[in-house]
Amino acid sequence: MTHAIEGWFAVDADGVFLLGTRCTACGTVCFPPRPGFCPNPRCEGEEMEVTRLPRRGRVWSYTNACYPPPAPFVTAEPYEPVTLAAVELDGAGIVVLGQVAGLTVDQLEVGMELELTSGPLADGPLVWMWRRAA
Amino acid sequence: MTERSEGTHRHSRVVVLGTGMHPWGKWGRSFLEYGVVAAREALHDARIAWTDVQYVVGADTIRNGYPGFVAGASYAQALGWTGARIASCYAACASGAQALDIARTRILAGLCDVALVVGADSTPKGFFKPVGGDRPDDPDWLRFRLLGATNPAYFGLYARRRMALYGSTPDDFAAVKVKNARAGSLNPMARYRKPVTAEEVLASPMVADPLRLMDICATSDGGAAVVLASEAYARRRGVRDLVFLSAVSTVTPTFPNTVLELPNFATDSCAAVPAPERPFRAAIAHAAYEEAGVGPEDLSLAEVYDLSTALELDWMEDLGLCPPGEADKLLREGDTALGGRLPVNPSGGLASFGEAIPAQAIAQLCELTTQLRGRAGARQVPSPRAALAANQGLFGHGSALITTR
Repeated sequence: MTHAIEGWFAVDADGVFLLGTRCTACGTVCFPPRPGFCPNPRCEGEEMEVTRLPRRGRVWSYTNACYPPPAPFVTAEPYEPVTLAAVELDGAGIVVLGQVAGLTVDQLEVGMELELTSGPLADGPLVWMWRRAA
Repeated sequence: MTERSEGTHRHSRVVVLGTGMHPWGKWGRSFLEYGVVAAREALHDARIAWTDVQYVVGADTIRNGYPGFVAGASYAQALGWTGARIASCYAACASGAQALDIARTRILAGLCDVALVVGADSTPKGFFKPVGGDRPDDPDWLRFRLLGATNPAYFGLYARRRMALYGSTPDDFAAVKVKNARAGSLNPMARYRKPVTAEEVLASPMVADPLRLMDICATSDGGAAVVLASEAYARRRGVRDLVFLSAVSTVTPTFPNTVLELPNFATDSCAAVPAPERPFRAAIAHAAYEEAGVGPEDLSLAEVYDLSTALELDWMEDLGLCPPGEADKLLREGDTALGGRLPVNPSGGLASFGEAIPAQAIAQLCELTTQLRGRAGARQVPSPRAALAANQGLFGHGSALITTR
């Protein structure tokens, strides 16, 4: 299935993974993947290896979009509010924003555990999403 | 003033010689018209002619095509070419602050005596959107395409986080709007001039949970301008009662920035390098305090970046007006209202004005100056000596100003 963006996440038999980069010199992790130079200002690393980020984390915060977001977002008809969560990935010290599948804001809490999945945008391509941790 | 540091520029200081604004609203006219009205007003207030201006800076608006990208030249042409030196600059919501910084720095360097800084915008209805076309390498385009993450979505995340960390409630957020709307009702330049009740805020439609329509600032048309001058120039012209632009903070975040910022998908990771002691918003204010040689305890008022009601509370803590988690308490006790110990957004804030991006930091300086000159009429803060304005530009642009008498 087409991914809405190439190289930011992978789907295989083990599940859905965000693809970040890790600096081989200092270990700094980035999402989205950032080739080239390490963003740590005190590191001169230039070798950024693509790495699968932890699939689970805890909710840093969450919200929703009660009004349809404007283009280039494509809204489903009828419109259902999109739920968003910013999730602090286990052990990676990084917070990643994503749509939430199968939960509304009333079912979310800061600190709650979520895991990565994927789901389609209204016009078809897949994007990473968060769901309740199994 | 506190004896903490000498301030960077004790011996050569920059004065706000004049201020001007175009009333904010949805007027449906060209940004250029608003900017020129504001500029003429500022020149009139400064009692100088346009032909006296040696340097003109336009804060850019990206929504208004080529004239908006070269705002400095657009204003200069509209006012009439004079051969003045010129600059145009874009830094999102910090565009106005950076325009002020450029002009102030040039005056401090002795390269000119008097400068005009102008910002204005005309905005479309509804959410701010990315610049048009397919732009898959632009994070601003991608956040809409992949997530539908509008600006209010980020404000909603901050608000929910605040509720979880500090126990703030939707009632607290509504109280910010009530306070700012009351101040705005006293300001003839504000777009919204009607006082509101907490019930009205809490009954307005939900936009980005927990924030409702009346918790979030609108997009607006508007314009603001100031004339800056060297102290020597001002004194030569016999101006008394000088208001000094004592600091302009334009700092970037320090790596790793661990608060999710527009338009990013993720924070920096703190796995390899620990988060800095002073997060970005606090660092913006800190740099301004250091430069001006004043501290939060010296302030008589603050204009604070209330993109949402909840964000005003976050900013109060980042500015050091109170410890983390205690902004709600100050609000509830009326300390930040007009007549309180430290009025926050006595202009009415973005809650009453709405966002006219390149104009808003300049409009804040207009308010600080008007207050320090004692000319704010019904919303006047008693005998102010020092004032601060904060207005962050997305994607790493700091923005804070301090004015002193």
